[in-house]
Amino acid sequence: MADQGRQAARPARSLASKGGVASGGAAGGFFQTPFGRFSARNWALIFLILMIVIFSFAGPGFFDIANFQNIIHLNTGTFLLAAAETLVVITGGIDLSIGYVYGLASVLGAKVMQILGAGGMALPAVIALGMLAALLVSILPGLGNGFLITRFKVPPFIATMGMWGICNGVTLFLSDGFMPVMGAPSQINDIGNSYFLYIDPSKSIRFFSKPPYITLTNIRNILRLVPNSLFLTLLVLLILGFVMSRTRFGRHTYAIGGSMDAAVRAGINVDRHLVMIYVISSFVSGVAGLFNLFQTGIGNYTPSGANYELMAVAAVVIGGASLTGGKGRILGTAVGVLVLAVLENGLQIAGISAFYRYIGVGVLLTIAVIIDRAFPDLF
Amino acid sequence: MAHLLEAKNITKRFGGLTAVDDVSFYVDEGEVVALVGDNGAGKSTLIKIISGVHKPDVGEIFLNGEKIHIDSPIDAINHGIETIYQDLALAENMDVPSNIFLGRESTKKAFGLVPVVNQEHMTRESRKVLDRLDIQIPSLKSNIRNLSGGQRQAVAISRSIYWNAKVLIMDEPTAALGIAEQKKVLELVSSLRKQGIAIIIISHQMYDVFSVADRIIVMRRGIKAGERLVRDTTSEEIVSLIVGAESVEKRSQ
Repeated sequence: MADQGRQAARPARSLASKGGVASGGAAGGFFQTPFGRFSARNWALIFLILMIVIFSFAGPGFFDIANFQNIIHLNTGTFLLAAAETLVVITGGIDLSIGYVYGLASVLGAKVMQILGAGGMALPAVIALGMLAALLVSILPGLGNGFLITRFKVPPFIATMGMWGICNGVTLFLSDGFMPVMGAPSQINDIGNSYFLYIDPSKSIRFFSKPPYITLTNIRNILRLVPNSLFLTLLVLLILGFVMSRTRFGRHTYAIGGSMDAAVRAGINVDRHLVMIYVISSFVSGVAGLFNLFQTGIGNYTPSGANYELMAVAAVVIGGASLTGGKGRILGTAVGVLVLAVLENGLQIAGISAFYRYIGVGVLLTIAVIIDRAFPDLF
Repeated sequence: MAHLLEAKNITKRFGGLTAVDDVSFYVDEGEVVALVGDNGAGKSTLIKIISGVHKPDVGEIFLNGEKIHIDSPIDAINHGIETIYQDLALAENMDVPSNIFLGRESTKKAFGLVPVVNQEHMTRESRKVLDRLDIQIPSLKSNIRNLSGGQRQAVAISRSIYWNAKVLIMDEPTAALGIAEQKKVLELVSSLRKQGIAIIIISHQMYDVFSVADRIIVMRRGIKAGERLVRDTTSEEIVSLIVGAESVEKRSQ
């Protein structure tokens, strides 16, 4: 199917590119101009800015530093999951298991902390071992996916769907049939929810923890800047973005997505590379799940119907990646996540029913795919 | 003086089918040998043995008179034997330097410790090899997808040359090209010959064969049906050898 589409699109493209200049194929006029090309390339960013402007007028309290930080903070998981999915999509695959790996890491981390804590172990050891367990286990689904996909040539959709079920089942088991796992030390909340900077205009400035005289009821009266979650998101996005755009590993990932054959014949160890990609995807999802535990203090299972993995795919595609592989950027995905996040938050604040959000996501996805088809070389 | 590449008594069977039957041939430095024959004559199998895709059941391969073992495509490449298949094996979503250096990217250290791809160096080197082969590509930044068939072929050839191919095997290099582009690729083959590279071309196009080749090897049903110097033969004779018209073959033997 995808190949047919590519074939069909080729004549138009080669005609348009006779002068040696990449161009927009069938879309004429406006999109041939530099500004037109810029807007086609950055349509998601432009849409994001437009949304921010509109919601700023339509929703009281939308244009507020606290709200913006809220959007970032609440979407830490989406950022990380979508970044993980970006790598897989660039290889031409898909990872449907990440949503449940997320829940598994959260529940497992909480469970380990709960048991060790009840056993009277020292607090730092409880936290460290809980983290370690969650992170180590989150590698396994990726190893399984990579093994099935490279050794047995199982299509990524099916292999990761199998892992989706397995992770879901294990989480169900650990959380006694989808009960949130309580009993993790409350101190982890301070790590997950603190800000870099606390400013009380009349009195003091503090880093990483709130002034002691401030209670949870009057905390809204002081200015809090840069949540810890933003540091984590930036760290993951910067590392993955750097790897994909600057290193040989990144190049090989794009090559595999562009032409598996070319990659094999160029001497790239494609099988090993794909296993690493699925392991990274799974691991980053585990980090996201673990951080969710730090944010909420509870081991949260992934509810069925949460569709975290599909929202991640949506963000990746809106961010300019192509599901046929070979195309996509971490930065684009970050914009894609923000588009979905601002859409949700803005509609909520403007008092519009959340149902419209799903319609919005559907429309945006369609636009993204049409633009991908019309401008195959924009990213 | 040993031949640059020589294959002796190559035989390859697939089950009951003998795809290549006791074929010997050689190619010298700066020589273009055309391998012609009907579909199923064994040309591709012979080429795949040289390039390490298949292992021969019988036979030996010599490079500069020394016996070599080619067990995989990587072995062949390490011996300087590069093969350009019809599909070219380029990553269409990537630019020209990325393709020339695919799998062998040059790196530099970022912040003194992390190795990153050195795009500037790759672009400079790509420009050099393209200039050396007199290939015109307006922007090296364009993705392969936006290049013409001839330009793609040229990129694939440049990649082989950059990595020091001594023997270049080309499978139907002009098959998917327009007339003007076919001519350009043939010119490119001639200029490669001048640079001392040994070239083996598989082709169905008599025009191509007679315009660039020095020697023609005709395959038929797995055997070598004939070998002619281009200056001593005609396209009628070659076609007769390909289809196996007895009279011509007897007369020429």
